[in-house]
Amino acid sequence: MSTLVNAAPEVASTTPRRSRLTAAKRRQYGAAYVLVMPFFIIFVAMVVVPLFYAGYLSFYKERLIGGTSFVGFQNYADALTDPLFLSGIFRMAIFLVVQVPIMIALALFFALAIDSGMMKLAKFSRLAIFVPYAVPGVVATLMWGYLYGRDFGPFAQLSRALGFGPPPFFTENGMLFSIMNIVNWEFIGYNMIIIYAALRSLPSELYEAARVDGASEPRVAWSIKIPAVRPALLLTVIFSVIGTFQLFNEPKLMYPLAPNVIGTAWSPNLYAYNIAFVNQDANYAAALAFLLGIVIMIVSYIVQLSNQRKERRS
Amino acid sequence: MTDAIPGKHRPAVVAAEGFPVLVERDRDQEAQAERRRPRKPTSWLLTVFMLICVGYFLFPLFWLVVASTKSNDDLFSSFGLWFADFNLVENIQTVLTFQDGVFIRWAVNSVIYAVVSAVGASFLATAAGYGFAKYQFPGSVALFSITLGAIMIPLAALTVPTYLLFAEAGLTDTYWAIILPSLATPFGVFLMRVYAADAVDDALIEAGRVDGVGELRIFFTIALRLLLPGSVTVLLFTLVATWNNYFLPLIMLNSADKFPLTVGLALWQSAAAGGGGAQALFSTVITGSLLAIIPLVIAFLFLQRYWQSGLATGGVKT
Repeated sequence: MSTLVNAAPEVASTTPRRSRLTAAKRRQYGAAYVLVMPFFIIFVAMVVVPLFYAGYLSFYKERLIGGTSFVGFQNYADALTDPLFLSGIFRMAIFLVVQVPIMIALALFFALAIDSGMMKLAKFSRLAIFVPYAVPGVVATLMWGYLYGRDFGPFAQLSRALGFGPPPFFTENGMLFSIMNIVNWEFIGYNMIIIYAALRSLPSELYEAARVDGASEPRVAWSIKIPAVRPALLLTVIFSVIGTFQLFNEPKLMYPLAPNVIGTAWSPNLYAYNIAFVNQDANYAAALAFLLGIVIMIVSYIVQLSNQRKERRS
Repeated sequence: MTDAIPGKHRPAVVAAEGFPVLVERDRDQEAQAERRRPRKPTSWLLTVFMLICVGYFLFPLFWLVVASTKSNDDLFSSFGLWFADFNLVENIQTVLTFQDGVFIRWAVNSVIYAVVSAVGASFLATAAGYGFAKYQFPGSVALFSITLGAIMIPLAALTVPTYLLFAEAGLTDTYWAIILPSLATPFGVFLMRVYAADAVDDALIEAGRVDGVGELRIFFTIALRLLLPGSVTVLLFTLVATWNNYFLPLIMLNSADKFPLTVGLALWQSAAAGGGGAQALFSTVITGSLLAIIPLVIAFLFLQRYWQSGLATGGVKT
């Protein structure tokens, strides 16, 4: 094998060269498969197989009498008329149109501010805003849960001292805000860093000229920097769509603090979890997981599509 | 002003020249930023506003530190945002000895899950990313498209089916139940493909071939070193994702001695919030939370340039 390679540079005529090239190619293919396959085997086993297994399960139903039987799309039909599942999806849709824009806008603003070079302590600010990402969602929710808390939460203490009742963090509407706030706290920094990294990689010639022409910093940010980091913004939006619909940790950990408000189906993922592990209905849970995946794909696709359309227009 | 420009267009990765790369580039950028900054007037309005915002991000952590120093009684009786009697040492002792020191067990588990998953995932992603970037083999486009498409798959939605599969294979409640699913990181493969395309010069591979070095040896002896900064980024991502994961271990594990910190702390928390005699647990949960985040926060601060460069690769090239 090695002699073949060693001889390769001396080859003059074309015909033997072609056959050697294919031998080299074949060797390269072999190496490429060896490199790619370990990942792919794990990927198939841990992502593709569960995906198909969920699809398979979702077409069956376990009955008390008669065991498991094929029911076609029955589970899906049930899910699409299941008020608990739909209310969870609806709640996540609110999340998507309220929390995600706030999060991305703040992340973008912070990234632009730090990148503008017009503030002191820029590096410190960047780190401080990013640090919550290192905090596990469990701990973040625990902390905020205590902060919101009626017993020794500082907000409740303050409002008691001022003669008001406990703040409405755990009410029906308050909970939506409370959880949005936790998610914002956790992920603004992460999104900021993605956008900031994109800003940093822009060539400064891109906006230096505008500055020389006297454009103000907000103007440069709005007209030059933001359009230039569109791909990074798109990435953050898509990750946020995926993250939002999968919300689980926060409502699950808020449950002990406000069981009646969270219930079993605050988020679709929490609902699927409860169906699978409390109701022991794996088939229905699989259908819910599959539907949730489809919803996420559709929304991400719409986001990408609208982005492409905008890009074509501009 | 002029001296700031030449380095500016330096490609993200300067491979063949020798050693990497991202670290240096980042320092370079910092230096440029420093040079660039003084030219613009400082906006105190912006600075003050930003510091108020920074306060919001640090405020819960400040509260956590303050609360960790309090006895359970002081938690209820003293103002939440300032210190009372200093009880931190006792609290830490309680955390470490409560229920026969199960917290230490959880911490060790978290380390095992995070480190094994991160090293494994990073290696798999590096090899695959390099394979996709440097070879065009039959099926490469299809396989890479599948990988890319999988970034969109909500992995949490797959957790329940994965649990059911693992249950049939008898793998639930084992270390593998956490490690195996964490090894598949499509986003890591994507990052490494983008990274490898720049980091490893084709001419270098060609030179290796001419010298008769086998393809895999080229990868292990030449490319791997150049890919290291990217690999570290993927490693850190997976490390944090696994360390912070709650859903997967919650579903997969039954025995408390296999729990990671997240599941353990949540267990204590629900016992504390459940009221009754468990109320004394609050200070333990709070101090435990503080202990659980310290290693990661420190790792973050020290390794931040890897984060940034990795995210830059992902954010810029999509």
